[in-house]
Parts: sequence; C-alpha cells; structure tokens
Amino acid sequence: MEKSAPDTATIAVDVRDAVKRYGDFTALKRISLSIRDNEFFTLLGPSGCGKTTLLRMIAGFEDVTEGEIFLFGDEIDTLPPNKRPVNTVFQNYALFPHMTVTDNVGFGLEMLGRTKAEARRRAGEMLELVRLSQFAGRKPAQLSGGQQQRVALARALAPQPKVLLLDEPLSALDLKLRQTMRYELKELQRETGITFIFVTHDQEEALTMSDRVAVMSSGELQQLGEAREIYETPHNVFVADFIGETNLLEVSVDQIAQGRATCHLGGGHELTCDAVEGIGVGAHVHLSVRPERLFLSEAPTEAESLPGRVRDNIFVGTDIQTIVDLNEGPRMTVRTSNSARGARRVFEAGSAVYVNMEQGAARLLVD
Amino acid sequence: MARGKYDIRRYPGFLPMTVLCLTLLYAPLIVVTIYSFNDSSSITNWEGMSTRWYVDVFVGVESDKFKSAAWNSFTIAMIAATVSTTIATLAATGMIRAGRFRLRTLSFGLISLPLMVPEIVTAVATLIFFNSIGFVRGYTTILLAHIAFCIPFAYMPIAARMQGIEDSYEQAALDLYASKFQAFTRILLPLMAPGIISGFLLAFIISLDDFIITNFVKGAGVETLPTAIFGSVKQGIKPNIMAISTMLLAISIVMVTISYLVSKSDNTK
Ligand SMILES: Nc1ncnc2c1ncn2[C@@H]1O[C@H](COP(=O)(O)OP(=O)(O)OP(=O)(O)O)[C@@H](O)[C@H]1O
Ligand SMILES: [Mg+2]
Repeated sequence: MEKSAPDTATIAVDVRDAVKRYGDFTALKRISLSIRDNEFFTLLGPSGCGKTTLLRMIAGFEDVTEGEIFLFGDEIDTLPPNKRPVNTVFQNYALFPHMTVTDNVGFGLEMLGRTKAEARRRAGEMLELVRLSQFAGRKPAQLSGGQQQRVALARALAPQPKVLLLDEPLSALDLKLRQTMRYELKELQRETGITFIFVTHDQEEALTMSDRVAVMSSGELQQLGEAREIYETPHNVFVADFIGETNLLEVSVDQIAQGRATCHLGGGHELTCDAVEGIGVGAHVHLSVRPERLFLSEAPTEAESLPGRVRDNIFVGTDIQTIVDLNEGPRMTVRTSNSARGARRVFEAGSAVYVNMEQGAARLLVD
Repeated sequence: MARGKYDIRRYPGFLPMTVLCLTLLYAPLIVVTIYSFNDSSSITNWEGMSTRWYVDVFVGVESDKFKSAAWNSFTIAMIAATVSTTIATLAATGMIRAGRFRLRTLSFGLISLPLMVPEIVTAVATLIFFNSIGFVRGYTTILLAHIAFCIPFAYMPIAARMQGIEDSYEQAALDLYASKFQAFTRILLPLMAPGIISGFLLAFIISLDDFIITNFVKGAGVETLPTAIFGSVKQGIKPNIMAISTMLLAISIVMVTISYLVSKSDNTK
C-alpha cells in the first residue's frame, strides 16, 4: 500500500503483520506499517477500528497475537512496558493524583535511576517547555484540563523516549484549546525531534498536524500517506468518505480510451475522468468529487459541465454550500468560498445552473 | 439532596419513629456513661458527681486484673489489626488487579462470608479447630482467632478504596519505567492509604471489642478486657464496670471517628 520506499529514512517503529485477537474477535487484521524517525505519524479511523489497540501493543500493554513490532531495528513485542523506550500520553492523562506536578514529571527519570535532584532539574526544564513552571508545586486536581494535558506531555517527554505515543490527547479539551494545542503539539514535536504516534478519530486534527497519516477501518489499514495525498487521492470509498467531505456518485463505466474513462451517472449525465487500474468497462463503481473543486455557472463551460437546479444554499462561515439536484440525476454539493464570491455569483434556490468540475477533480474509486 | 415531593420526612410517623430508634440505641449507653460518674456504691441511686470509680479502676482491688486484661486486649488488637490489614491489602490487590479470573466472585464471597455467619458459629468452629489440631488454648489462640476474623473487616474499606482507583495509574507508572513492585509501592499503596488506615482501625476496634470468640478460645487465666469485665459482672455489677465500659466506649468512638475521617480524606488535594 505504501508507495514511498520505507528505507528512504530511518524507521522508528516497524509493525509487521500484527494481528490482535480477543477471544474469537479480531481487533487487528494483519497490520503492517513503518513509522519513520522524527515524523508526526497519525493513526486515524472511526471509533472501534483498533487504533488504541495498536498503540497499546506498541507501548506493551497488550500482547501481540501474531506478528512482530520493531523499534529502531530491535524486536520489542515481547518486552514488558517498562523495558520499552517509548512513553505514552494517556487519553485521561493518568497523572498521579497524590504527587505534585514536579514529582509527576520527574517520575520517569527517577525510575530510570537518576538522582532525585537530577529528576527535579529535568522536570523543571520540561515544565518550562510546556510553560507550566508556576504550577510546579500543585497537585493535578488543582489544574485545568488543558494544564493537566500539558503536564502529561511533559511527563512523557522528560525521559526522552525514542517514540511518544499519544491516544486522543486532545479529545477532552474544548474546541478553542484543542486548536491551540494542535499547534503546540506540532511545535513540540519539531523542537524535540521525537517521533510522535498520534491517535485520533478527528480527520481535521489528523490532516492539520501530521506528516503522514494511516487511515484504519475495522482493524484494517485502508491507506497510508501524506495528509495531502490522502485527501486528494483517496484509494477507496472508505477513505474518500471518511476524510473531508465529498460527493460520492454511483457510476457505470461505459468506455475507456487513452487513459480516460467515460462514466454514466444516471439521468443521461456523462463525464470523463482519469481511468484507474482495476476498474474496467461495465464496472459499477463510485466516483468522488470534493465540493470545493466544483463551481457553478449559468451556461456550460469548457470543463465537465452538468445541468441541474439549485435546491438550497447553506451558509457555513467561510463557505457557502449550494445543494444542486442534477436534472433527473443525483444530488451534489458545491462549496464556494466566501472570498471568491465576488468572482463567482451565488445562485438563488430554484435557478437553473451548470455544475462544473475542475481538471482532475473527479476520481474513480474501488469499493 | 433534593427535597422533592418524595422527601422521606413528609411520611407520617417519620419523626416519632426516628426518636424511638435513636432512644433505643443510645439510652443504655447514656445511662451507663452518666452513672459511671455516680458517687455511690449502688448502681441505681444517684448520689452526686464523682470520679472515684475511675480511680478505682486503676488502683482498686480489681485493678491488677483489669490492667493485665487491658494489656492483652491492646497487644492482641494491635498485632491482629496489623496482620489482618496486611493480608487484606494483598488480597484486595490480587483480587481486584488480577483482572477477571475464574472464581473471582467466589473468592469475594468467601472473604466476606464471615461477616454474615453468626459469631457463635465461628467461635465454636474455631474452638473445635484448635482442639482438633491439639493447640493449647491461651494468648496465641486468641491472637490467631482475632487475626482470622478481622480480615474481612479490614478487607471491606481497602477493597472499596481500590475499586475507585483506575488501573491507568499503574500502567502510566510501568510506562515510565517503574517495576511492578515500584508501581505498587509508589503509586498504588499511597492511593490506597486511606482505605488501609481505615481498615486497620476497624480491625483494631473489632478485635478490642470481641467477646464471644475470645471467650471460647481463651485458656484459663488469660483474659482480655471484655472477658474480664464479663467475669467481674458475674459477681454483681459494680460501678467500676461502668467506668471501664465508658472508657472503652470513648476509645471506640475516637477510633471509629478517625476511621470515618480518614476514609473520607483525600491525599490528592
Ligand atoms: N479487552 C478487550 N476485549 C475484547 N475486545 C476488545 C478489548 N479491547 C478492545 N476490544 C475491541 O477491539 C476493537 C478496537 O478497540 P480500540 O479500543 O482499539 O478502538 P479505537 O479505534 O481506539 O476506538 P475509539 O476511537 O472509540 O477509542 C473494538 O471493537 C473493541 O470492542
Ligand atoms: Mg481508542
């Protein structure tokens, strides 16, 4: 699945054919992926797809039913958690409630056998890094959710792990704070140079923060690639639908010539797009077009142009979403950025329009 | 507490019922406490305030008997509470942290069953047990019996506390390179401390208080405070018994209060 060769950079974590079974339920179905050193890597997928399970297997809290996990070339899947040089930021933070912030942050180093003084000094540095020095003497219960989150980060980073594992660390925070923390996390990753493996079910979080994203669904890896690549060239219907918004149209392929496929989408509408390997003539498949890569016009244009009627306009802050029913065909959503409104006019509900596709916007997908 | 339509205080007869129950519970204790300060050899006629019976407990004719009984009671309670609390702590750690193992419900039932068995049954059984293995009755048999029956009392508050501690704390400790033992001593034990102290105090009081089992397993000549008091009462109730009882009552109240406060306290603030 992965196009870029894994040996272009040092591999931090290499998961090979990992299977996880609970009784007769298979939570992970033979997952293989390589996470590079120094990268911000995200495991993205809907609830229950096995992200936490995979993360906990890397941390050592779940054993691997089949397969191996390597950390910088060393097999670690049989080591107990306290022998793996990886640290975890838990979803509920799991800060030790009876210890001060400093003692929490210094705990890892103390367990590694450093002196109490050294642990405290390093804890001080880490707290400075997350800007919490003034709270050093407090107990976790006396901190806000966002502050606890940063303590958990400092605690996990203090022993300088080779890899930092983060399980939905932002999910307990409110929207505003979550957005600030996205940026801070990304900064922290760059400053420390530590490999981050970040778990989330929020695709926006994944796209904004990650170098590379692995999309998972029901225990299987769906696609692995750079955020932009995943968004722009999804491999299958699941990825296209899960990442961002898209128009998913059922089509049948009529003809393929010179790398272009001519597709039928009902109501007599026809359009051509790039042919895809594995999809032949007569196939009934899905076609995905992102709403922001469509635009409306009064008359047909040079681009692929489909006639329809505006059903509704929905104002969504930065954009206007126009719902268009193609004549006797499917319904499509068109997104017009508010800043582009001067150039592109807004069509009232009921007006006849043409839906136009930018070059390369329509993609055929395997199911 | 919401005071809605179904506030229990609106039910007819709530107040008289409450007063009746409290009176039945506490009137005897209050009477004993008041009469322990009676300046009279009679236990029924009030003849003015005095602390002479308290003095009598410490220097009177029976004082030697009471002193040695009190010392036995105290040392037995101390050792029994310490040992049973240790066992209960380990049992709670094992049973709650070992995950879902078979017979877990059964184990929990077994450890709490003695709380429901009539004490006389336990007493007879313990006696038969000691006899059958040929143990000579004395201080040791009392101590062993106390350790055994104190375990469930110590276990309850410890297990309750432990159930409230998520296992992500220990996982975080392991993740931060602590050994299992360090995770236990540095994280779990401090978090359980209020439950452990509370269990210890409860076990101490239960041991200090026990009459039935002690009376069965004690040998001739070895007395604890409750059995000494009982022996003394058999020759007629004298006011010094009321003074001792009042002192025991005071100790119990103090211990139970501490136990309650500790179980409510929080070392996380
Ligand atoms: N101890 C367990 N025993 C049995 N099944 C389990 C166990 N732990 C997890 N599962 C199952 O494995 C699957 C994956 O769980 P996991 O916690 O990894 O999901 P997730 O992707 O992290 O979801 P979420 O986003 O909701 O946290 C789920 O279907 C879950 O029910
Ligand atoms: Mg999860």
